[in-house]
Amino acid sequence: MQQQQEFRAEAGAIAGHLGTCWSCKGPADESAVLCPTCGAVQPPGQLDHFARLGLNVGFDVDSAALDRHYFDCQRLLHPDRFATRTPRERALSQSQAVSINQAYETLKDPLKRADYLVHLKGSGVLHEGCNLVNDQDLLTESLELREALADAETPAEVEALARRAAADVQGCIRALSEIFAKDDLEEACRLTTRLKYLRKLVDECRLRRGRMTGGE
Amino acid sequence: MQLLQIHEPGETPQPHEDDASLAVGIDLGTTNSVVAVSNGGETEVLRDENGLALVPSVVAYAPDGSAIVGELARRLLLDRPEVVVSSVKRLMGRGVEDIKGLGGILPYEVEARKEGASGMVRLLVAGHSLSPVEISSEILKALKARAEDHLGRPVTRAVVTVPAYFDDAARTATKDAARIAGLEVLRLVNEPTAAALAYGLDESAEGVYAVYDLGGGTFDISLLRMEKGVFQVLATGGDSALGGDDFDHAVAEHFLAERRDGLGTETLTTSEVKLALTSARLAKECLSRQDAGEWAMEIDDKQTLHRLQRSRLEELIAPLVERTIRVCRSVLDDAGIDATDVNGVVLVGGSTRVPLVRRRVAELFGREPLADINPDEVVAVGAALQAEALTVGSDTLLLDVTPLSLGIETMGGLVEKIIPRNTPIPVARAQEFTTYQDGQSAMAIHVLQGERELADQCRSLARFELHGIPPMTAGAGRIRVSFAVDADGLLTVSASEQVTGVEQQVAVKPSYGLSEDEMAEMLYDSMENAADDMQRRILTEARVDARRVLGAVASALAADGDLLEAGESTSIAEAMAIVERSIAGDDRDAIIAAVEALEKATLGFAERRMDRGIRSALRGHDLRDFEEAAPAVTDSDP
Repeated sequence: MQQQQEFRAEAGAIAGHLGTCWSCKGPADESAVLCPTCGAVQPPGQLDHFARLGLNVGFDVDSAALDRHYFDCQRLLHPDRFATRTPRERALSQSQAVSINQAYETLKDPLKRADYLVHLKGSGVLHEGCNLVNDQDLLTESLELREALADAETPAEVEALARRAAADVQGCIRALSEIFAKDDLEEACRLTTRLKYLRKLVDECRLRRGRMTGGE
Repeated sequence: MQLLQIHEPGETPQPHEDDASLAVGIDLGTTNSVVAVSNGGETEVLRDENGLALVPSVVAYAPDGSAIVGELARRLLLDRPEVVVSSVKRLMGRGVEDIKGLGGILPYEVEARKEGASGMVRLLVAGHSLSPVEISSEILKALKARAEDHLGRPVTRAVVTVPAYFDDAARTATKDAARIAGLEVLRLVNEPTAAALAYGLDESAEGVYAVYDLGGGTFDISLLRMEKGVFQVLATGGDSALGGDDFDHAVAEHFLAERRDGLGTETLTTSEVKLALTSARLAKECLSRQDAGEWAMEIDDKQTLHRLQRSRLEELIAPLVERTIRVCRSVLDDAGIDATDVNGVVLVGGSTRVPLVRRRVAELFGREPLADINPDEVVAVGAALQAEALTVGSDTLLLDVTPLSLGIETMGGLVEKIIPRNTPIPVARAQEFTTYQDGQSAMAIHVLQGERELADQCRSLARFELHGIPPMTAGAGRIRVSFAVDADGLLTVSASEQVTGVEQQVAVKPSYGLSEDEMAEMLYDSMENAADDMQRRILTEARVDARRVLGAVASALAADGDLLEAGESTSIAEAMAIVERSIAGDDRDAIIAAVEALEKATLGFAERRMDRGIRSALRGHDLRDFEEAAPAVTDSDP
């Protein structure tokens, strides 16, 4: 009996992550969100964020399509759909919704998306790459911008810096799109780090301007 | 839903048909509360015999501890202020320390904290010591009773709304109050989101909407994207201690200052403060309709007259209104949206009747705000729609966010954010921390909510300790702290040591919540039929699960019926019939036993289904993969 179960698990793995539906006990692919036979909600499997939302892997994501897929997934799996079901189904739908939200949050934001994609494609190799400042040009650029912000005395000066940083962010995102298309991971990693710095600068400009204009 | 269509007509009842009570929507407000019910998309706000929907959130206590709620209690506010509590919502989930700052505003007698009691503040009313949760539960009981009168049947389930900016402690306190009132909370829904739902369905609105909700004691601003039945909150902000009450307070201060000018300094009792606040409220409401008026105040048999112009009122409350406008700006900033990109502004809450508020909101967004649905009732309407969606089903989807960042205290009293504000819920995040001392065997975990960088400036939600960490050098022990926020916005925290797997989990409750003992006692005290209620609930749960199993087996039979062996069909059908009969009865143990028997009867069938699934999945795979597993296939498949 136990041997049989072990065999099933093994054969299931060979057969492409075939699992057992917890509710009807029949076969269900581990990537399926609902059991194909009985419709019961399944635990979220190990899927990358793109696959979870039914999108192709790549840096260019159409935000309207992303939203549409996200809403479709949540319509099916959000805990509100399971409010009167068994505690187990409620818990599973919550795990599913958590995974969907995480995928959406990651893919919606170009910086998080780039960071995720570098790790997804480069697996462990580049794990530290995007967090290390080992690029002299990048360091110099970031320091100069920061100094300029520290020296800015009027809201107009801060505003000008903020506009420049925002334009650089857009440029960086365009460059990322081209580099990912070429699969140049090393350069993608460098640009991702640059995007991180530029984003921080935009935030700091915002804070600074807020303080100058007497907001919170 | 799909599952049921597989059954023969009449074979299996609709889920919950027998357990069904309609679920209601409740707006539990600072000043007034409203209950509504939706049936087939038709929403009805439940009114009293005089046609009034608003139940004043005021509770009066008799010497024997029994409570009166609503208009009657509100009238007692003037004559017997010492036995009446109003605006209790402002105290939900608050500790004694929290409300010191509100001391001037809140006319309450606060009980000094007793040793060993939970951190929740308690009030002294008519000689009784009461927690805000108990007082709120009286309001909820009154709303439940109104709904039961109208519907002619028991009401046990509700969607209850809370300010979007309510923190975890206040949300938990609200849920506890409902439980004490005998209501199962299907979902806590944020007030602005509920209002948007009411508007969205009525007007099939599309685009980005701002909901500006200024109630008696709380302020919320939410930005939502609405499209094709989806209500996606983009960002939310607010102030859970700012509302019309503060307007009243500003006016009352003004009146009392005028009195001092005429009569000299007086010492006022709590009751007299309540009186001044009542006059102030009347003045404020009146000046929303007319330009000037005169009000009389009589304290200690000395009457004073106070003339007030609308322009002067606006000067008094302008700083408060500007605070709300500043919050609106920062929420727009958070969402990365320009005020001019907002397609519509919805006003919610009684305090949005104040002309200055309307004017400032219109100026900020550059458009006239919508107030077509009564701002006092719109939240309850949305809650009722959501209650129906949760019980009957619907295509609408509410996607909400966390209003405040959640994190833990790290070295040096700093806060490490784990879940930032405006993250879509439900959400789960984890972060690893390392031990900082050689041989450290425990780690204190302090859970915080708020935007500030220092721990003592954020709201403390809970403290707990992870024990049993094996001795290691500093930095070698890795502690993983996981945060999970559910669709109600409630947080659960767990911590585990990664090397050995020592684990601890807490539903965040302690700091300002009720202790389990207090909760148990209240349930015992307040519900004569607490035991019945519990019995009914576990019976319902067993039925729900039994129906799930019936549905699952029926689906499996429909899909793979050809795999049944001789006689199996009959034995499974019999086991199913026994489950059906047990569901019709009231014996929970019998239901569970019948379900177990059915699962046993289908065991062999389930295994054959799995084998077939594997075989069909293996088809087309590499021959060598198959051969490795092949001997086992013959073994298991004689």
